[in-house]
Formats: sequence, structure tokens, C-alpha cells
Amino acid sequence: MEEEAAEDYHERCVQCSEVNWGLTDGGRFYCRTCHNVIERTREVVNTDVISNTRVQTISKGLRKQEKNDEGWEWYVCEGFQFVLRKQAEALEALGVCPQMKDEILCNFWRRYLQKSQQAYCNRPAGEAIKVLSGCDSSTDLDSEPERPSLLHLLSLSESDGDLLTDCSFGSSIGKVSESTSVCSGSVDGSLHLMKNQKDKLRMSMPVTLSFCYLALLWLREPMTLSDLLRFVVEGHIPYLNVFQCFPEKMKLYGLDLKIFCVESWPVYEEVYNKMLQLAAFLELPRFPDITDSCFLHPDMLCMKYLMEANLPDELHNWTCRVVKKIHIGEADFLTFEPGNKSTRKVKYDVLAAAVIVVVLKLLFLLDDHYEWLLSDFAEERNKNNKEDGPYFEFKKWCKVIKSSLDVEQKKLDEERAKYLWRCEKPLFYSAKKKSKVLKRRQIVVNLQNQFGKLSGSVQPAEKPNPSSFQLNWSEENTDGSCFHGHSLKGILQEKCGLLTAINPDYWLCTVKLCTEKLCGHLAHYRELDFPQSYHFVLRLFSFLLRIQPSYIHEEVCVIEHKLFNKKLYKKPK
Amino acid sequence: MDSLMERAAPCPAAQAGSVLLPALHLPLLPPHLYRPATSHEHKLNFRKSKEACLTYIQDAMLQKQWKRAAEFLTFYIESLEKDFSTEYMGPSEMIWRIGTEILCHHSYSSMKDFNSFIEQMKTLGVKRYLKVCLEHAFHLLCNGQTDEAYQNLSLAESWRFGEQTTAQDKELKLIQAYRGLLDYYSWSKQKNVLLEYGTKGTSKVQSTNDKEGFEDLSVEQEMHSSFRKAAVNLKEIIQIPGVWDVFVKCYVDFLKRHGEPKKSLISVLKILHDIVPSHELMIDFNTMLQKSKKRKKRRLGLEVIFAALDYAGWKENVKAWSCLARQVKQIIISEKHLDWIKQEWNSRKDWWPAFHFSRYLAKRNWQENESLAYEKALVAGILLGKDCKYFKYVSHQGCKDQKKRLRTLKKFVNKHSPVYLRISGLSDSSVQT
Repeated sequence: MEEEAAEDYHERCVQCSEVNWGLTDGGRFYCRTCHNVIERTREVVNTDVISNTRVQTISKGLRKQEKNDEGWEWYVCEGFQFVLRKQAEALEALGVCPQMKDEILCNFWRRYLQKSQQAYCNRPAGEAIKVLSGCDSSTDLDSEPERPSLLHLLSLSESDGDLLTDCSFGSSIGKVSESTSVCSGSVDGSLHLMKNQKDKLRMSMPVTLSFCYLALLWLREPMTLSDLLRFVVEGHIPYLNVFQCFPEKMKLYGLDLKIFCVESWPVYEEVYNKMLQLAAFLELPRFPDITDSCFLHPDMLCMKYLMEANLPDELHNWTCRVVKKIHIGEADFLTFEPGNKSTRKVKYDVLAAAVIVVVLKLLFLLDDHYEWLLSDFAEERNKNNKEDGPYFEFKKWCKVIKSSLDVEQKKLDEERAKYLWRCEKPLFYSAKKKSKVLKRRQIVVNLQNQFGKLSGSVQPAEKPNPSSFQLNWSEENTDGSCFHGHSLKGILQEKCGLLTAINPDYWLCTVKLCTEKLCGHLAHYRELDFPQSYHFVLRLFSFLLRIQPSYIHEEVCVIEHKLFNKKLYKKPK
Repeated sequence: MDSLMERAAPCPAAQAGSVLLPALHLPLLPPHLYRPATSHEHKLNFRKSKEACLTYIQDAMLQKQWKRAAEFLTFYIESLEKDFSTEYMGPSEMIWRIGTEILCHHSYSSMKDFNSFIEQMKTLGVKRYLKVCLEHAFHLLCNGQTDEAYQNLSLAESWRFGEQTTAQDKELKLIQAYRGLLDYYSWSKQKNVLLEYGTKGTSKVQSTNDKEGFEDLSVEQEMHSSFRKAAVNLKEIIQIPGVWDVFVKCYVDFLKRHGEPKKSLISVLKILHDIVPSHELMIDFNTMLQKSKKRKKRRLGLEVIFAALDYAGWKENVKAWSCLARQVKQIIISEKHLDWIKQEWNSRKDWWPAFHFSRYLAKRNWQENESLAYEKALVAGILLGKDCKYFKYVSHQGCKDQKKRLRTLKKFVNKHSPVYLRISGLSDSSVQT
């Protein structure tokens, strides 16, 4: 880095006429040949900020000391770059291979900067955005981008809620009517929020997660999107108040808050859809194939979820059979191809969960009647025969799962109520509000201390250790609460050398799929319309994946339609 | 998840399709309730998170689990940094109220904690400032810290904040009233001190101790100043419509003890009569007025007592009835101002008989309280005549039991029975007795 700074300087040394510059510790240029120190100093660059050399060069040229509050001039994309770096580091700490951070994510990000013409490109004609170019160090500091009026920007609404109106503290009502000169700490904050970015993908906090997921997917890392989002919520991946880690000089206020502050948990659908858009925007090629040895392959994921759901291992055979039958185990189906608009994109976690649900329906029918019958038979058999391994009892399984689920759900509900959104670093809309904000922060801290003492318990803030599994079942439990080893014999029969289910029936979740283009989904879910057992199973996976039951239900419908395709779309003779 | 809800195995074709059932269209139902909500929400944002937190706090408080409530409150507090000004009761008010409850009940909290908490609450919302001050003062009073309460109230009284001062006018009045009350209280204490001191002093030998005399004087001065402050305050306060019972009582007592002329007392009580005709002080008021030499006052007295007895609360009050009876009797004997009774009775003759003088009541009154029955009977006999149900029953019972005074009563009423006729307007000419 320093070498590069020195290397950019091509003046000949006064003393020895060589062009061989280096930098002293004090940041001054010196001639390596004759050790002549000259007046020129390199500009203050904090290496902590930028991860890769290219972008550093970009920002270096433009960083100049602000006279008033001694902050840097920084661009929104720099901020996001910082965020991504932090997220990548966290993922690495969780066990993701370092390649993700150093190569994949970097490259995706660079590509994004290039495509959105914020860097690595020629100066776009007529665009008001300032150019950051490393290649042809043209730095046009003179033309300031036009700042739209503050009021106009205030009226923009982001999905994260109306931050700006809430930025008014105390009892006075929200909208700031002043159109002051500086409305954000970043140089292009206001520009970033302007709506006219149709063909470009506007960077936002959820999109950082889309970036991460893309990189994970490229590397076929054993982390699904639901895992990723869960880690975010649990605090293992910086997201909520990540701007805390911005360097001191990178002042954040005004519209930056709208960009970098998060006031809601990332939503699966949103991150996923943005990921699709992003991949298309970046014009990425077909991703590496998802084969049956990959974690994301339904066979693998089903195994994981079966274990987590405390279901018998034997069910895995069935999930594999279903996967094979409807060809969803094939690389062409599973692999992500951004450019191909005709293929339906796969949500690996949802798919695997849905397969399990279908298998359960195949074997147990789940009509609030048949499964209990089967369970009673199994129970009888288990009572009379204690030597051979137990048969799987659906009823017992339900009881065990329900109690665990209730406990976990209760914990989760309390965590949701106890979730802390604010951080130490105070946020203020404008310099005028600063003192008010700080005062309020002080009051908050005082009150928290006062009542914290009364609550008796130590302030927890203990993040649960990151774990892939949320529910754990051990075979060593003597109370028989682990069902992994239980047998499905009671519900199976052999026909023509093939194991089939005793259950002859099946009910479809839906006879007809919706048109996705019209309502955005292929199927809709209403708890009241379906059997309670079905809802229970959906609820279980809904909890594990932290998504609405309707998404799993939708996937179940699609799978069923593939499975019973011939019967459903039988052409009349 | 018992298999109590059994459903027959449906056949696939019968299953409702993926088409969403039409939404409910109940006119007053808000749109977001048309479709049933999913049971477990996995999204979360700031607002929902704090709403959930609040429900946990409320649950804990209802179950008196103060530690748990305090714990959840610590998580709620950060909503101060995001005060939604559009909500009816914003975070700062919530925190003030919840925090107060917790600090009152939690075993580990002290008055010091409470005071520092309240001081912070005062800075949070200017629109609530006086309310917080007032409630703080109440709390201090409940804990016996009268001096601190007085200081707080004085401070609050002198608070000025532009528009807010007029907006919080009601609270300001209350603050003034309570400060006046505390002035009265301190005056009362000082007076007692003086009295006690005075009795001690006289029993001693006349040793003119300068110091004692000086102390005496200073206490007396204080007392007078308290009185003046209190009097000004309270007089102003009771002019305002509202229920000022406590204050008025104190004020009246105050004036009586201070030896104020009856005139001011009467004027205060008149105000009270206008505002609260059924007030218990009305009985005393009537007594006071009856004694007066001025005709107007006595007329007022009659009005006051009739008005008081319009209210169900006094129906069985012997004293009230005895006042009325006495005054009525006195008027009749003097044979002057019968028109007063006529005037008062005019608006009441339609409903008082059923309200006060039914046969059922006669029976009950006689059984429960003979004195009450006696007084009422006198009034009934005059107003409704000796043939009215009430009088007949009571006098009959009384004579049966050989109660002497009832015989006297019977005689009296009989003697003055034409009065009834005059009062009821049945006959205008005076009838010979």
C-alpha cells in the first residue's frame, strides 16, 4: 500500500535523479537511493478501512480533511465496503473458507462497483455521480453533485421504516423543515437515496446479506440462507449496528442513517429476491454445480433436517426416493444460473423441508386421523415387544417435539421482546440535534442502569454459541425422547420387492397452482383449511428455518404437483 | 394436539384449491384483520419488538413480579431514543408510569432512587412536566416527606414555559391547591404549637423570658403568613368548578378556627352550595344560617336544607331532617314567611311524597330509627297534611307505643293543619284554627 503510494510518484529525485521513492514512518517521501527526504507527504490513509488495494487507491485520491468537524469525505459505497468486509470476517470466524472473503466477495463487490459505475470505469457521461476511478486517476473534485432538496428526500420511504421522522426526538413532530447545506456525513448520501436508479441495484443493508449469500453459494458452503439470517439475528454476523465499526473520522449522520441503520430483522424473501436481482445485475455466469455431495443438495439437507426434527433416519430413504422421482436432485435443476430466466430458482432449505413434509404425508397421511391410528398400532407393538428396536410412534414424537418447540418458541419470543436495537454510538440527524441526542442517550443509559440493578440478573448480552443445529437430540437419552433410531416397520409393507407405505391415500394441498406472476406465489396457506397435524409439521420447519409456514406450504404444493403430475394432468382420451 | 379433533380422510379432489377464500368484509373491521393472521411471525422490527416488550412488562406487573418487570423495562427504555410523537401514550410516559410502579413496589428501591428517577422523568417531556411534579408531590406526601413535597410544589408553581403554562392550566391549579393545603397544614401545626405553648406559659410563673416571647412571636408570624398564603390560594381554587371537598372543608375549618367573621365562611359555603348542594357541610351551613338575624340568610338556610334533602344520600339522615323540621316548625309558629315553604315545596310536591313519605318508608323508618321517623313525620304532617300516609302511620305507631313526644307531635300538626292547605295551594284564604 505504501509502496503503491510512493510508486505513483514519478518525479525524479533532486539529488540523485532516480525515481525510487519510499515512505518514511512519518509518512514523508524519501528517495530510496540517496535517502533524501522531501516535503511531500502521503495523505492520511487508514489501512483499517479498505481491504483491497484497488479501492484504496480510489478513495485515497479524494480523501481530504474537512475543515469543520475533521471528518473524512466518504462515499456510501465505501461504507458498504466496510460492512461487507466485516461480514466476511465474521463468516470466516464461523468456519467459512477464507477464499470467500479474499476472492469471491471482493470480486463480486468490485464487479458491482463497476456495473453501477461507481468505480473501475470511465466517467459516465452526464451522470451526476462523482466518479471514482482508479484506472485513470481522474479526480474531478470541482463539480459537486446536485443535492436534491431535503424535503424531497425525507419523503422517500424505505422498507426499514420511517427513520427520518423518528429522528426527531422529544415531543416535537418529525419532519425537518430546514434544508440545510449538509444533510449527510457521506458525500453522496442524498444521491444514493434518489429513486432514479431503475436499472441499477441500489445498495442497502439487506443487499449486503445478498452479497454474502451469493458468495457462499458460489463456494457451495454448508450454510443455507436461513442459517445465514439466523446468525445475523443472533448477532454472529454484523448487521444491526455495524456502522459502529466505521472509523472515527467517517462521520455518520443525516441521511446516512437511512442508509446504514437497520430497524428490522432481515426478511428471507427480501434478501433472496435481492440476491436474484443482484446476480442478474452482475451478469454472473452459471454457478458451480450443486452435486449430490454438496451440503445444499436435498439429500444432504434432508438428512440434516431429519436429524434436527428428531425423525427416524429411515425416512431418509424416502426423501431420496422422492427427490429422485421428481428429478430435483439433478445438477441442472439445483444449480443457480442467473442469466437463465426460465428456470425457477431454488431455495434449498425450503425445498428440503418441503420434501420431508411430503414424505410424512405419504407415510402418515396427516389427516388428523390416520396418523393416530398408525401411532396406536405402533404403541401396542412397542408395549408388547421391548427387545427389538422400537417402532416409531407419531403421537409420542408429536408430544416430544411440541414440548421442545414450545420451550424454544417461548425463549425466542422473549428474545424478540428483549432485542436491543440501539448501540453506544449515538445517531443524530443533524449537528443541531446532536446535544439533544447525546442527552437522551445519557438518560437512557442511566435508566437502564437503575432498573438493571433492580432486575436482579446480570445484563445477559450473551450471544448463544453459533450452531448449525437448533434442536439437539441424543440417542443416549434413556427417556426415549430421541427418535433417530426408531423403525418405520410398522407403517411399511413390501410389494413386489419394493417397500411401500401402508397408507394408500394422499391428499393434495392444492388442486391447482396459482399464477406466480399475478399474486407472487404459487400457493397460499391458511391454517384453518388444513389438518392440524399438517400445520404442526409446517410449524416445526417454520421455526427451524425462521420463515412463514406459507413458504414451506408453497414448496410442498409444487413438489406434489411434480410428484402426481401424471395423475393431475392426465389428458382425456 | 390431542387427536380429539378428528377429521375424515378427505379425498384430494374435494380439497379447496389454492384460491384464497374471499376476505371478510365486516364494515368496522380494520383491513389488516380481514385475513386471519399467521400464528408465528418471524419478522421483527423496532416497533413490534417494543410492543412485545411492553406486554411482557404488563404481564409481570399484573403478577407483581417486580424484578421481571424491571428486567423487561431495561429493554424497553431505549425506545426513548425513538419517541413516536404520533402515539397517544408515548414511550416516555410509559416509562414514567411503569417505572413509578416498579419503584414503589420493588423491595430494593429507596426514596432516593425514586427521586432521582422522577427528576429524569421531568426532563423528558415538557408537556407532562406539571403532571409529573404533582404526582411526585403526592408520592412524597404518601411517604411522609411533607417538606420535600412542599418544595416541589412551590417549584412547580413557579414554572413557566410559554404556551405550555396555559396548556397545563389544570395541573397548575391542582398544584396551587395542594400547596395551599400544605400551608393550611403547617398553619394548623403552628397553631397547635402555640396553643400548647400558651397553656404551658400561663401555668408558669410570670418569668418574662425574652427568648420565649421571641419564639412565640416568630411562630405566630409564620402562622399568619401560612394563613395568608393558604387563604389566598384556597379562595381562588374553590371558585373553579370541580370537586374540591377536601379543600373546602379545610378552608372552612381553617376560617372557623382562625376566627374569621361568619360572613366569609358563609360566602364560601354559599359557593359550595351552588356547586355541590348535597355536601355534608350543608347541614352545618343550614344551622349557621338559621341562627342568623338576617331574613335573607334564613331564607337561604331553608333553601339549602331542602336542596340537600333532594339527594338520596340524606334520606335517612336524622340531623338533616331535624334541621328541616326545626326550621319549618319555627316558621309555622311565627306565622311569618309561609310563602317560603310554599316556594320550596312547589317544585317538590310532585315527587317528594313518593321519594320520602311513602308508607313503606314510614314502616321502615319507624322500625329502624324512631327519631328519624319522628322528624320526618313532622315535616310530612305539615307539608302533606295530617291525613298523609306517612304521618298517619307514624303517629298511629307512636301512640300505640305510647310515645309521649308523638302525642305532642300529633297535637301540633293537628293544630296547624290548615297550614297544609295553604301550602298546597288548595285554599288561599286563611282558615281559622
